[in-house]
Amino acid sequence: MIAELGHFALILALMASLAQAVAPLIGAQMRWADWMRVGEPAAGLAFVLTLASFAALTTAFVTSDFSVALVASNSHSAKPMLYKVSGVWGNHEGSLLLWVLILTLYGALIAGLGGNLPQALKARTLAVQGAIGAAFLAFLLFTSNPFLRLPNPPLDGNDLNPLLQDPGLAFHPPFLYLGYVGLSTAFSFAVAALIEGRVDAAWARWVRPWALAAWMFLTVGIALGSYWAYYELGWGGWWFWDPVENASFMPWLAAAALLHCAIVVEKRDTLKSWTILLAIIGFSLSLLGTFIVRSGLLTSVHAFASDPTRGVFILAILVVAVGGSLALFAWRAPKLSPGGVFAMSSRESFLVANNLLLSVACAVVLLGTMMPLIREAWDGGRISVGAPFFDLAFTPFMVALAVVLPVGAMIPWKRGKIGRTLRRLWPAAALAFAVAALVWALQTGRSALAPVGIALAIWIIGGAVIELGARVGRGGLGRLARLPRADWGKAMAHCGLGLTIFGIAALSAWESEAIRALRPGATVETGGYAFRFDSVAPLAGPNYSAERGTFTVFKGDAEIGVLSPEKRFFPVQRTTTSEAAIDSGLLRDLYVVLGDRQEADPSAYAVRIYVKPFANWIWIGALVMALGGLMSLTDRRYRVGAAARRAPSAAPVAAE
Amino acid sequence: MSPPVRLRMRLQIRLGGAFAAALLAVALGLTLALAPAGPALAVQPDEVLDDPALEARAREISAELRCLVCRNESIDDSNADLARDLRLLVRERLVAGDSNDEVRTYMVDRFGEYVLLKPTFSVANMALWFGGPALLLAGGWASWRYVRRARPGAAAASAPLTEDENARVAALMRDED
Repeated sequence: MIAELGHFALILALMASLAQAVAPLIGAQMRWADWMRVGEPAAGLAFVLTLASFAALTTAFVTSDFSVALVASNSHSAKPMLYKVSGVWGNHEGSLLLWVLILTLYGALIAGLGGNLPQALKARTLAVQGAIGAAFLAFLLFTSNPFLRLPNPPLDGNDLNPLLQDPGLAFHPPFLYLGYVGLSTAFSFAVAALIEGRVDAAWARWVRPWALAAWMFLTVGIALGSYWAYYELGWGGWWFWDPVENASFMPWLAAAALLHCAIVVEKRDTLKSWTILLAIIGFSLSLLGTFIVRSGLLTSVHAFASDPTRGVFILAILVVAVGGSLALFAWRAPKLSPGGVFAMSSRESFLVANNLLLSVACAVVLLGTMMPLIREAWDGGRISVGAPFFDLAFTPFMVALAVVLPVGAMIPWKRGKIGRTLRRLWPAAALAFAVAALVWALQTGRSALAPVGIALAIWIIGGAVIELGARVGRGGLGRLARLPRADWGKAMAHCGLGLTIFGIAALSAWESEAIRALRPGATVETGGYAFRFDSVAPLAGPNYSAERGTFTVFKGDAEIGVLSPEKRFFPVQRTTTSEAAIDSGLLRDLYVVLGDRQEADPSAYAVRIYVKPFANWIWIGALVMALGGLMSLTDRRYRVGAAARRAPSAAPVAAE
Repeated sequence: MSPPVRLRMRLQIRLGGAFAAALLAVALGLTLALAPAGPALAVQPDEVLDDPALEARAREISAELRCLVCRNESIDDSNADLARDLRLLVRERLVAGDSNDEVRTYMVDRFGEYVLLKPTFSVANMALWFGGPALLLAGGWASWRYVRRARPGAAAASAPLTEDENARVAALMRDED
């Protein structure tokens, strides 16, 4: 019964979304205020109905209702409660329902929080948001219904893939979706502005908080996913340039570019067409990502052919949304008035450079991700594009970005002097060079990766500190505390990027590893630590059985701690997973994995031990970036609608 | 039968199952944006060569070779049986005295360019390798033109601010503090 109610709520949500997509649009065109007002309650209703549907599916999972096909194939009665709940989105249908839930949530938020938006802009934005929602609700209902019943329910379920039975699944997808579905808001605002033919500083102010929120969630989502891979996969890899990862990374790069150029529109009323284009591209990349992940196209062409309806349906959504918005852009953008003037050396020019580098980097990821497919269609050539390509082709653009960042962040608007800005930044540059030289000398004979990465990190962080200092002037601490939160946010986000660069460089350059067959009692030394393999003991988990190894770690004579890696066997899916034991620290992670018993010597086990210096800074950096975003978001200037109260005084730049 | 011949026969059998394995991987792995690809204890202790220099070269080469039945994983990262066979093959060639490039060529001859995670700099891959730099140049040129046009005095001399704009500047300046 509950499943049927959920299904019914989903159908009603589709109806509400259709109403939301059509009525306000007509209303805005005909200037009928009552039609325009339909958007708000419709958006709220679509959200409430989708939420009800989501709750129904969650209930089915929590109560292990195996008459629902999705529950039977993805859950099990013995699974811990956390994974019963997170299992709701650990599959195709459920994760799409979560996608739609978040989409309608953003629609409802625009309706609820955008009280001060001009009525027509709000109506059109809600209409576009409603159209996207309707498309995906239709996709869900017609190709991926999560509420299908089984005529003969099994006694127990098929269980969730054991690799997904991890707290990572509970948090990573929701954050990721809040991020890349969040970009739909910027898209809706951009399309609404194009229909209206008007983009001005006030528009940029309304869009920026939404783009900022989406970027922030995306940052957290990607970082969580990366950390999950790091501890779960068992060799401490944290980024694989997998098509599915790239699908989330491309919108992140586009959103980062969008945030920066929206500042230019807001402060200087220029770069308007480009900002609109980026808002469209950002969400298009989200849709492309959804298409890549959901169709299985890039993992295997065969998977796509085996279930073409889903792939074709999303492809159709993609073509209509991207094609339609780009056509609208080509038609309307030339009518947008060009903006204010600025000199060659100015904040504006540097933000243009920022956007150029981020966009090209994004394009490289897109090329690398799609090229195997393009080559196969072009000349039948089968190629692989993996991490070694991306490391080589992507990194130079990020290095260039890191080099120009502190200068661009500090140079004045409109007209500045690069030389003058550089003179103020010299302490950061000097420190960066000095530390790089020191590192180079200390690590004798290893790659230049670590010194270069560390120099860039110091340059960025030092630059951010100097900029904050310059903003304060002689005002002292009191003034520092009174700085606008947006300034704090900017400094924090840039520092976060520096920290991440530092973590990546240090980890990649200095990691050490030992792979051995060990008998209990033996000791291995690597990276300045000694690991003693004490014992292996059996262990019973809630829905698995395990072998647990015990290792004692020493540095010199001092005992550092005990690490207990596990090897788990899940009987329902007949899968073995390995749980690495990690001793986390700010300076290094000690990472131990227990492998199989050796055939040649049954008392010995395969063991992998890593010492990973500064690994955690990669994710700390990402969190600091996201916190910087949050800080900016709480700036009073960006509180949603803050600009609207001044809208009458802000001269709108009409297109016509 | 000599061990290399046996190894190669096993490889052929496994590649036959590659299609089924790929489908299985899709069925299992595609549920999430970051669905982990498998528990791993990729390089086994018994594979490791005694000569550390040779082993380091083996690791370097393996990181750039694709495990043919996996989702975008290198043989160095993968715990699939096929990946193990390929790792052994790489080490066997190195012990036999091949250079790194000879090992790569050997693998490409047998499994096609698909085995390389870093495609070659061939004509067919021009777009892949030079797409980024070309875009940077084109975008750089377009930005340069845009910025030049935006220079004060580039077009008509910048007009003095209107009263409305002055009011807006004042409003924005108030906001700065």
